[in-house]
Amino acid sequence: MTEAKIPTRMGDGFMVEMTRGELRADIENATREAARKAKVPPLGQDELDHLLDIYASRAAFTAVDIGDQVVLSCDGGGSKMTGTDLLDLLESEQRLGQDILELWHIEYSYKAIKTILPFQQQVMQNVQMMCTAPVQYGAQPNLAFYSKPDGPAENWFELLPRGDIAGARAAIDEAMEHATKDFIYVGEGMLDAGADGMDFDTTGGAGDADFFSTLRAVEHLRAKYPDAGIEVGMAGEFVIGVHGELEWEGRRLAGLWPAEQLAVCQDAGATIFGPAVNIRTGKSCAWNAAYSITVCKPAMEVARIPVHPNVGEGVGGVPVNGYPPEDAASRAAKAHVDILKCDGL
Amino acid sequence: MDVTHALAAGMGGMRTAGDLVARMQMARGMRLEPAKRYVAGKLGCTVRDLSDSYAMEQIRGELGLGRILDHSNLHPGEPNAMAAKFRIAELLDVPISSVERFRELAGLEARKPV
Repeated sequence: MTEAKIPTRMGDGFMVEMTRGELRADIENATREAARKAKVPPLGQDELDHLLDIYASRAAFTAVDIGDQVVLSCDGGGSKMTGTDLLDLLESEQRLGQDILELWHIEYSYKAIKTILPFQQQVMQNVQMMCTAPVQYGAQPNLAFYSKPDGPAENWFELLPRGDIAGARAAIDEAMEHATKDFIYVGEGMLDAGADGMDFDTTGGAGDADFFSTLRAVEHLRAKYPDAGIEVGMAGEFVIGVHGELEWEGRRLAGLWPAEQLAVCQDAGATIFGPAVNIRTGKSCAWNAAYSITVCKPAMEVARIPVHPNVGEGVGGVPVNGYPPEDAASRAAKAHVDILKCDGL
Repeated sequence: MDVTHALAAGMGGMRTAGDLVARMQMARGMRLEPAKRYVAGKLGCTVRDLSDSYAMEQIRGELGLGRILDHSNLHPGEPNAMAAKFRIAELLDVPISSVERFRELAGLEARKPV
């Protein structure tokens, strides 16, 4: 007797049909692959069975059990299409029921925000008058913007292929100085304007130096603002070693996986950590969720601070698609909350 | 996607007590269960009530913590937004930056630590 086909999704959002047996094989292969790459334990049989039940369902939507709901930190939330930031955030609060609101600008880089800081401070002040839920300010470190032709430092991505390792590292060091100053300048400015916290979103996108620049800013802001929220959301499952020699309190940043990323973030003073595992578009969403959960699980065991895995577009088992399908996004949310017992998303 | 996650796994923001639990995560770095227990203790309710929009609508109204407003559910004369945040800071015993800034700009007396 042939197994029934179940509609499910690929990592790019395309709907396909797979049998329960095929989904099980995908989930088992993913956890083995994640365990091998990240050198972490694979998921246990109960966890694999639960994941299979979530993904082998034909339901259009799924959700966590009553009482198991978690805090949503909503980086880059809202639509930006409602006319003003204030209306956008009020809608997010009053209609979507978001737990943490985030004010952000479409030029979502600290380097760009620096030039419009008073404008963003005024918006924050206005927003805080009208919103009840906490409002953090978010932007991306984007260290590469500090290299030529966009920035003052030499372009290490041009120097490295030429074999000029020393020149590349010097350029990165120069860029990091500018970057950390900008992160602190914007962070202080927004916290002074009444922000409940700062979000360093997509940290490590330009590698270990991007991460290091951010950690220095986090440490500074934590010392100056002991009650402020500081969220560090990551760009990928492991930190790329572009510089290669950077260490945080004796821990080399290049090559860190989520548990170690979390350890340095919480030591630097972050209050929320967001691991990110990028989607493989050629694999099923079931495969991607199993991979993401396996990679992130060790972080839950060493966390002193809340962990909010990224389940936005193209991360954490959510398809990389402008309109992530509800069936796939809700399954990714439930899978992460149920199995990781995470503190938020 | 925001709606999907809010319905699939979110606490519900100020429809429930999601914003209050979030404040303890942000300001104190509390993990989810301790943060929920702390807020439930301050509200005098169960942990399950925190994500129950029926229960929290009553509790928020009684304590003046701000409620969702719509055309059939309006509460003129009840604290919301900044006024509600004054009460939230007091209830949770956690400083809220915008409240402190409002006090300073309005020339109000500084908050006394509990």
